[in-house]
Amino acid sequence: MRVRRRATLWSLALSVALALTITVSAGIGPVRIPPATVVRIVANAVVIPAGVEFGTAGVGPFALPRLGVAYRSPFAFPVDDVHRRIVVLVRLPRILLAALVGFALAAAGTVMQGFFRNPMADPSIIGVSSGAAAGAVAFIVSPIALAGTLWVPGIGAVDVGLSHGAGVSLFAFVGALVAAFGVYAIATRRGRTPVATLLLAGVAVQTFLGAVISYLQLQAGESLRRIVAWLMGHLSGASWSEVLIVGLAVPPLFLILLAYTRDLNVMLLGEAEARGLGVDVERTKRVLLAASALVTAAGVAFAGVVGFVGLVVPHVLRLVVGPDHRVLLPTAALAGGTFLVAADTIARAGATELPVGVVTAAVGAPFFVYLLSRREVYEL
Amino acid sequence: MSNEVSATGDCAPSETSAERPVVVRDLAVSYGDVTVVEGVDLTLESGSLVGLIGPNGAGKTTVLRAIQGITQRDAGSIRLAGDALETLSARAVGRRVASIPQETGLSFAFTVREVVEMGRTPHRGRFEGPNASDVDAVDSALARTGTAGFAERPITELSGGERGRVLLARALAQETPALLCDEPTASLDVNHAVETMDLLRRLVDDGRAAIAAIHDLEMAARYCDRVVVLANGRVRAAGPPDTVLGADIVHEAFDAEAFVGRAPATNSPTVTAYPPTDVTSHRVHVAGVGLGTARVVARLGAAGHDLSVGVVPDGDAAALVAADVGAAIVSVPPFAGVDEQARAAALDHVQRAAVVVAVTDGSGTVPVALRERADVVVDPTDPPTDEALLARVAAVSGSDT
Repeated sequence: MRVRRRATLWSLALSVALALTITVSAGIGPVRIPPATVVRIVANAVVIPAGVEFGTAGVGPFALPRLGVAYRSPFAFPVDDVHRRIVVLVRLPRILLAALVGFALAAAGTVMQGFFRNPMADPSIIGVSSGAAAGAVAFIVSPIALAGTLWVPGIGAVDVGLSHGAGVSLFAFVGALVAAFGVYAIATRRGRTPVATLLLAGVAVQTFLGAVISYLQLQAGESLRRIVAWLMGHLSGASWSEVLIVGLAVPPLFLILLAYTRDLNVMLLGEAEARGLGVDVERTKRVLLAASALVTAAGVAFAGVVGFVGLVVPHVLRLVVGPDHRVLLPTAALAGGTFLVAADTIARAGATELPVGVVTAAVGAPFFVYLLSRREVYEL
Repeated sequence: MSNEVSATGDCAPSETSAERPVVVRDLAVSYGDVTVVEGVDLTLESGSLVGLIGPNGAGKTTVLRAIQGITQRDAGSIRLAGDALETLSARAVGRRVASIPQETGLSFAFTVREVVEMGRTPHRGRFEGPNASDVDAVDSALARTGTAGFAERPITELSGGERGRVLLARALAQETPALLCDEPTASLDVNHAVETMDLLRRLVDDGRAAIAAIHDLEMAARYCDRVVVLANGRVRAAGPPDTVLGADIVHEAFDAEAFVGRAPATNSPTVTAYPPTDVTSHRVHVAGVGLGTARVVARLGAAGHDLSVGVVPDGDAAALVAADVGAAIVSVPPFAGVDEQARAAALDHVQRAAVVVAVTDGSGTVPVALRERADVVVDPTDPPTDEALLARVAAVSGSDT
């Protein structure tokens, strides 16, 4: 089938580009590491199951036989341990988070542009980004501490709770979903959600949350810097646990979106025509909205409001691969990941680190203008 | 309220459901407080093409949208191939009725083939690629609509007529028993309009059923087995075009004065509409022959005057039009000359008429018998406008009373 082959080939090519960008990016920084070394370090970290091992778990009378899998590293290239630590502990989590967030934002942006049939649509259009920002800012300025010490009988004092960063992410995530659901609820009447109403409800909620954020910033005092940094988008200080969370959340949601690409093509015809072609329009809208909101929320919760990726990358890819979402969605997502990795590399390569949102906008906007001037953009 | 509820009533026996792809009973739809259609009955049988006609805003598109479940209805029942619409999923509806919109919202550069493939949506599983029957359906839809030649071109590069045929191909690829067409010929030139209607006719003759909302009354009359006249959201009349499409129905439904005749080329009704006037009906006699007279008779008849015409030869244009407007006609066989009996009959009409209109033979001569009596003289080589003609007739009758 032609479309599938085209989607596969483009996706493979862009996956290679993403891998190359990640490899090069991991070598860039205050300490220069050659790409070949990066590849060796990553290879060394690869483990494969090597066999089954037996043992016991627990102690004394509660001991139980335990079945485990033994792993071994197939590669053992000689590498500098400092380099290894820099790549594995500092750079890779940040780069992979950038890749995942870019992937998520571009995927959600592609879906939103098709869904709204509007070239200005991006993942923030249904209030997700504003909601995330409001949640994050509220957490930063409020004296809430989500940490404490619990006294557990028999064990003693246990520190529980979330670190500050995790708290911001949690509040951002919840804020994003609350805002998105609010927009959806406002726009829905008698089980129908007209797209135009949804768009306007999104604008209303974004405006309101913008006011909330501005007010909170006025009250922020010393935390203002942190707020500004968060609002501009940032990937510094990314940890493997964040990568793991986003990495577990995004792929299944992306598969849902991928399963609906044909319906999304039909939705481009307009709702009445889509309905006439046997698409359950309202259900499709709910699925697409929910999945895109979750994907976006997962992205912005950890990276802040990174603008432009979700708006521009789908447009660029539409120019390259055409409007068919079966090809466009996977390619735009992969390109989004690549773009954000590259932008974040630029953001952290200079003497002082820039918020990545500044780089995406500063690099993306001129590039987009260049494309607009060269080729006719498909009308949406 | 409709005169087309069949004897079998609302509940079609299941063995005939296959022959009745669409059954609408007592449909009512409103947008907010505004009732758009009410009490609409409509039965679509396999192998028949039904024209849905009526003025703008009569609710034609609303009826089509309600049949697909796009527009919620307030009352009434809709059955698609025997099953109630509300029990069917969107997919199931998409396998029973296909719609051909006036224009597609698609402004993306999908190829024609990709657009036609979208017609297979209700037949394909979410994760399935196209199977052999999908490919066959798309290929045959492309072939039947004559779009195979540009199957690989982007739809954005096609002309309006070509796009219309692609939308028809998409509907054919849906392989539904019923087709719903919203103004299939509205944006087409006369050549493509006829081609499209002809194709629709052939599809119906092959066993499908189709409803076409259509505002070209002559096209409807020529191609449809039945027409349903909607006006102000209600069915005003329904039945074969020959019986339904009369001047009174057109006048009532479209609020236009109309002359309904027969097109000699197709022997189907031809409708000429005029802007509505505020004319008081009078007895008017028209004397004269030929097309110049025919035009006068058509206009005065459409305006509602009680006409008599004569003396005219049988088969003359004036005689045919006079018959279509229901005028009293005094005629003689062609080339026979006017006999005494005809002359007497005509003079009798002249005597009783409030207004006598004489159409000259082009040389400006009024027949001798009418020189004294002719109130309005029309020169066919320099005819008055319709408005002037009606005004002159009205002026004469006004001075009489």
